[in-house]
Amino acid sequence: MGMVQGVGAWTLGAIQRLGRACLFLMASLAGVPAALGRFRSVIAQLYSVGVQTLLIIVVAGLFVGMVLGLQFYYNLVDFGAESELGLLVALTLTRELGPVLAGLLFAGRAGSALTAEIGLMKATEQLAAMEMMAVDPMQRVIGPRFVAGIIAVPLLAAIFSAIGVIGAWLVGVGQLGLDDGVYWSSMNGGVDFFDDVLNGIIKSIVFGFVITWIAVFEGYDADPTSRGVAHATTRTVVSASLAVLGLDYILTAIMFGGL
Amino acid sequence: MKRSTVEIWVGVFVLAGVAALVMLATRVGNLSTGGGTASYEVEARFDNIGGLTQKAPVTMAGVRVGRVTDIHIDRDDYSAVVVMAIDGQHDNLPKDTSAAILTAGLLGAQFVGLEAGGDDRFLKGGDEIKLTQSAIQLEQLIGQMIFGAASGENKEE
Repeated sequence: MGMVQGVGAWTLGAIQRLGRACLFLMASLAGVPAALGRFRSVIAQLYSVGVQTLLIIVVAGLFVGMVLGLQFYYNLVDFGAESELGLLVALTLTRELGPVLAGLLFAGRAGSALTAEIGLMKATEQLAAMEMMAVDPMQRVIGPRFVAGIIAVPLLAAIFSAIGVIGAWLVGVGQLGLDDGVYWSSMNGGVDFFDDVLNGIIKSIVFGFVITWIAVFEGYDADPTSRGVAHATTRTVVSASLAVLGLDYILTAIMFGGL
Repeated sequence: MKRSTVEIWVGVFVLAGVAALVMLATRVGNLSTGGGTASYEVEARFDNIGGLTQKAPVTMAGVRVGRVTDIHIDRDDYSAVVVMAIDGQHDNLPKDTSAAILTAGLLGAQFVGLEAGGDDRFLKGGDEIKLTQSAIQLEQLIGQMIFGAASGENKEE
């Protein structure tokens, strides 16, 4: 009996959370126009979610690109097809790894910080104080973070892909002796701007939206205790990462599977 | 941190993102506008181009000298017309240069191979390469081989 009650309570709790998250999304989207009007606060948020994530994106992109270059080269050279290295690396990065890994890194680096920040604002009753002063925290706090997250992730994903392509170039052309022209021309011949690059950007915009939504909601919905904020931060990273991976499959099926 | 410092860094971030997008669009993707050096276009007619595609490399002695920009079919004689953009620095290709469609490796991508002739006049924009050799089609070769073997057996009988 106790177990059945537990399952019921968990289900009701999950549905309630989903409902709160959707109501929260509506309210924060309503706060977006006001945030756009106060663009300086968006810039400040772009600094903390974008610029401060830049380093890890650049380093990760470089190494992912170098590893891809190395692995694809060793496998392709068996078939005498190492000329397709550039194409393979570029498609992998622009279609999948760029948006997904940038999204995962963003969730870990910026999403957790967003949750902790907003959770602490709630725990220290700053949000309540704002409401007391008739300042809408949706416009003042949530809105700018939302906009900044949606702007930052596509840019980070593009930087990730570009750096990755350069990393694979360093390995393939610089170290393994592939021809420079073959590397770029195979890429140029096989990567379509609209089919591959643009679809990757659309993916990253969706990821940015979902990650930021989860991060600010978890912070806003956290128990106002240090334990609650810690839990909320963990939940942000876990559920944002899972959301990115799950959505990636769905988006890929829609974009490239011709659904 | 000072507001101006924050704004500078955000500016750097956004510019880096835009630069990455531009690179993905032009260097990685196919949205390029021809690239740095000027090039000139020559045409060649083939009976069959096999699996040649746009953007395929054009090589001479194995070195890439240009790329295929357009492939269409001639309305009158139904031959395939391949338009190639040759990089401007290779402006000394003889007029009687020949073109063949070759394959990189056994199953690799197809490309156009040029072979220089002996003429002392050079190809220029809009010229046509007269001497061409079509793509070798593996299926036809195999077919010929099978039929050749079959007819050979018939003769022996």
